[in-house]
Amino acid sequence: MILASADGVDTLRIFGFGEGGWGLALLMGAGMTLAVSAIGLLIGAAIGSLVAWSRLSGHRLAGAAGETYAAIFRGLPELLVVYFVYFGSSTLLTGAASLVGYNGFVGVPAFVAGALAVGVISGSYQAEVFRAAYLAIARGELEAAVSVGMDRWLMFRRIIAPQVLRFALPGLGNLWQVALKDSSLISVTGLAELMRVSQVGASSTHQPFAFYLGGLVLYLVMTLATTRLFDMAEARATRGMRRIAG
Amino acid sequence: MDWDFIGKTFWRLMAALPLTLEVWLFSVVLGGLIAAGVVWMRVSGSKPLAVLARGYVAIFRGTPLLIQLFLVYYGLASIPAVRHSLFWPILREPFYCGVLALGLCTAGYQSEIFRGALLAVPHGAIEAAKACGMSGLTMFRRIIFPIALRHALPAYSTEMISMVKATALVSLITLWDVMSVALKIRNDTLVTYLPLILAGAIYFTVNYILGAAFLSLERRLSPHLRARPS
Repeated sequence: MILASADGVDTLRIFGFGEGGWGLALLMGAGMTLAVSAIGLLIGAAIGSLVAWSRLSGHRLAGAAGETYAAIFRGLPELLVVYFVYFGSSTLLTGAASLVGYNGFVGVPAFVAGALAVGVISGSYQAEVFRAAYLAIARGELEAAVSVGMDRWLMFRRIIAPQVLRFALPGLGNLWQVALKDSSLISVTGLAELMRVSQVGASSTHQPFAFYLGGLVLYLVMTLATTRLFDMAEARATRGMRRIAG
Repeated sequence: MDWDFIGKTFWRLMAALPLTLEVWLFSVVLGGLIAAGVVWMRVSGSKPLAVLARGYVAIFRGTPLLIQLFLVYYGLASIPAVRHSLFWPILREPFYCGVLALGLCTAGYQSEIFRGALLAVPHGAIEAAKACGMSGLTMFRRIIFPIALRHALPAYSTEMISMVKATALVSLITLWDVMSVALKIRNDTLVTYLPLILAGAIYFTVNYILGAAFLSLERRLSPHLRARPS
């Protein structure tokens, strides 16, 4: 096997679950990757819908602010955003702590900073997905909702939200994959997600090829499996719609 | 505001910009060449080749670039056979490893853009070209390429911009690009944000110029879609 190393260490044992095996650590890393990406996607959804709403509101200042946010975070390297959020959130928290009388450095947990970084990036893209989804709702439906006397909140809950989610699903599926891949950058903050665990395993066993290949395969399994989930969700969400082609 | 420090930091970062742009240019060109091969495999009509091409795209688009980069830079170097091979002089240089990993990755994305553009060429145009008696190469040069190019441009410009952003990852394999110089200044001076903000401004400006250039190319290539002057 190509993975068998020169010094005769058994690769199967390295990836196993027994003594000296990294199997469990890698799986837990993969779990951490899924968790931080999922929370990141949710934070991104909150930011994205806020930005989309600001641009749809017709309010010029709010629209300009939303547009600037999206333009900036799409134009910056993801790695730079990760560093910036990681350092920045700790500074903010330290400042907030000194307001309540605690003097000293307060670090933000790497998980929180990482999810926030993924969310900030994802939000700048989700804004466009949500905006396009809202614009895809037929005008007549909104008029009908108003004419039967729905107030704005009821219209949002019954008419807008379900359709926006349905139209946004394919775009969100793509952005989920992007979030999953961006989450690997959080490894620079030391969070024990899959990339970081692969790095630690690679350096402590001196088998970088085996570990990075193993990590890569796990990432691939995660993206392929979750893509299927999104496809199924899409099929379910559009089951009542006529379609042009398969 | 310490303008002197800001100026010094800015120029130190700018001095690293050529390396960032070199990594970008080489990897984008390499990626384009590989992508052309992958698309050719995909549309060749041969089933095994098409399966290989699909697998390539799934792997490189389905995994993070960072782990691909580390697999090439740290992983390949740990294999004795690679160290004794013809390619070692190339694979031991972080610059070429970075270009190789970024190129392999963008090839996956570029090939899908090319494929989509090829599929957008109307069937009638190809039939007409055949009916006029064009050979395969002439048909590609005169009909398929110009139409596909216009379809590919918007997605291609997005990919070019995301490759500029991706070059920041080479800072993690010991290269002195804009990103790693910013982190070094931050470490040396303990000034937390300024180096990162300036680096961000440089990346943003490069991406802005790139985006504008692609937009003007798009406009120039499609005068027939523009509104008639009134």
